[in-house]
Amino acid sequence: MALIQPAQPEAREPDGGRRGRKTLRYAVPAAVVGVTAATIGLVPALADSGDPSLPSLTAEQLITKIAASDTQTVDGTVKISTDLGLPSVLSGGSASGLFGGAVAPTGLSSSGSSPADPQRQFTQLLIGSHTLHVAADGQDRQKVSIIEPAAEYSVIHNGSEVWAYDSSSNEAYHSALPAQDSTAGAHRQLRAQDFPATPQAAAEQILTTAQGTASITVDGTAKVAGHSAYELLIRPQHASATTVDSIRIAVDSKTGVPLKFTLQPKGNGKAALDIGYTKVSFDKPSASTFAFTPPKGVKVTEGRDAARERKAPEAKSGFGEPTVIGSGWDTIAVFQGKGALPSGAEKNGKGGAAAMLGGFGKQVSGSFGSGTLFHTRLVNVLLTQDGSIYAGAVDQSALTAAANAAAR
Amino acid sequence: MSRAETTAGPGLQDTGQEQRLALPASRRARAVWTLGLFGSELLIVFRRVRTLALLAVLAGVPVLVGIAVRIETHDGSSVGGSDGGGPAFLEQISNNGLFLAFASLAATLPFFLPMAIGVVAGDSVAGEASTGTLRYLLVAPAGRTRLLLAKYASVLTFCIAATLVVVLSAVVVGFSLFPVGDVTLLSGNTVPLSDGILRGLLIALLVASSLIGLGALGLFISTLTDSGIGAMAATVGLLITIQIVNNIPQLHALQPYLFPHYWLSFADVMRAPVIWDGIVKNLALQAVYAAVFGSAAWARFSTRDVTS
Repeated sequence: MALIQPAQPEAREPDGGRRGRKTLRYAVPAAVVGVTAATIGLVPALADSGDPSLPSLTAEQLITKIAASDTQTVDGTVKISTDLGLPSVLSGGSASGLFGGAVAPTGLSSSGSSPADPQRQFTQLLIGSHTLHVAADGQDRQKVSIIEPAAEYSVIHNGSEVWAYDSSSNEAYHSALPAQDSTAGAHRQLRAQDFPATPQAAAEQILTTAQGTASITVDGTAKVAGHSAYELLIRPQHASATTVDSIRIAVDSKTGVPLKFTLQPKGNGKAALDIGYTKVSFDKPSASTFAFTPPKGVKVTEGRDAARERKAPEAKSGFGEPTVIGSGWDTIAVFQGKGALPSGAEKNGKGGAAAMLGGFGKQVSGSFGSGTLFHTRLVNVLLTQDGSIYAGAVDQSALTAAANAAAR
Repeated sequence: MSRAETTAGPGLQDTGQEQRLALPASRRARAVWTLGLFGSELLIVFRRVRTLALLAVLAGVPVLVGIAVRIETHDGSSVGGSDGGGPAFLEQISNNGLFLAFASLAATLPFFLPMAIGVVAGDSVAGEASTGTLRYLLVAPAGRTRLLLAKYASVLTFCIAATLVVVLSAVVVGFSLFPVGDVTLLSGNTVPLSDGILRGLLIALLVASSLIGLGALGLFISTLTDSGIGAMAATVGLLITIQIVNNIPQLHALQPYLFPHYWLSFADVMRAPVIWDGIVKNLALQAVYAAVFGSAAWARFSTRDVTS
């Protein structure tokens, strides 16, 4: 049979039939491409369709639900997207006032510190998209890992110890928490530079600010990471200068855990901050998740204890605790500089940084003298001639007005 | 090349007789024929001095990396700067020799490995055409489709062989130059060595399957021309172009569709928990490339005129 069958039937066919067969055969790869394109186009559309129908809740009930949530265990993947319109060089610097934290311009000044230092790592979250793996088992055990291509940076809190491990440099960072106050200290430490790594942390921060100063409504439902969720919409009220347009928090309908947090600045465009679970489970993560013993040969940097660690950045950059002007959404944080704008005296420190910053900022002047204004989509920062820094999620005129008022 | 004729020749006669004798069992005979064809293709590929030279180069990479790391860390310092430049897993080698396998794969996967695949795949059909042996192969009653399948199967076998050569060489060098023990995963968790070796095997498998898309692409290019060198150069050139496009940030919209885009996802196996998203995407992308270019190669090869 096999012998009788022509090995190449097309060889004996007239030219026309052969051409037809040829076209037909090329249709196969074309069809594969078509089917693939259709799958890529359709599957997400099908998966997204339809918001879940849930019994209606008032905003108050929903906030109570969040507060009453006793979910202590979580294991999930978080995607953080930040779009502040920052030039990437400044990632450490100008936006650090975002959530009231006083972070030293890490990207610029801490080149001498260990790559495993949490401070150095968490500021990278201020730009672009990042994937995090988050696991928690109660107050005593938490782990946050920043997933990088073929590398990972993990901060592990287990009992009274905090470890950080940076796989790309194979270095570790260790700091012991003060025993009497381990939970509170750990919480602060883990959230590193007060940058919210999870939707819960972000929602917690915003809801305390929003009480009484914003309109809070329940605005429909959504499906987040496979869970049905209520959408909480927060719009600032009685705040003329704020750059925040609205904040949306998706709250899991079963557990009351915030699953997604979206911050929309005024003006159109992408959300300035989007933190959401892409995968989440509320089962207890295995104990081995939180176990860390520094492998042999790994360089370990001992951190200062947690309390002093928090003070360190301010001391380093020469600024004291910030004073606060205004309230609610229009809050402006003021860091009083010691003396004039840093000159060239510190060659590699603030002086060089200030010169570099000047290139990105806009020169403004008023009765406070002159200064440099840095604009992002969410936060504006004014660096005045006398070395004070005014920062807040407010528009530029509010900052200059505040500086003028202070000069008077 | 005369070698192709001698290896294909006897097989052709044997199986031809077998088929004539056992008509009802023609299906089994056909299977034997296909195996014979595949076997002769494998011999053609692996007997070539060129192939052996490629494998030798691949085996040399872990040796170089291992010796370099050994010299660098001899006095207890870390590799390179403290910021961890260079290929992934490089920093971990001095503490655990097993990581030399992962670092070598990460170092060879962008160019060395795929270039070797490109040479073998690009040469598979066009090389026979340019030496004039293709028509002899087609005289056999195997059918062009089955010949093409045998060619692709031998390319895939070479993918596995090339990956294994890198891994084995790295394991030998790593285990002899560096301490070996419990494995610290990227996430900081420590697992026993046996677990680490299992993960290593999975990684080798993933790396080998990362190359099946390129193999099909090379096979397709190989059916387009009668010049073996031309097909090899085109495949390797295309690979380099795509790797460059894959690294230009402005073209990020295009990148998820390029076959090397998820290649480094094999490193996700070394996390705890393992993140499968990138790995699944990589395998799906390779399957699509294999289907598209495999069928295109079939469409081209089964309808073209073979004149040489």
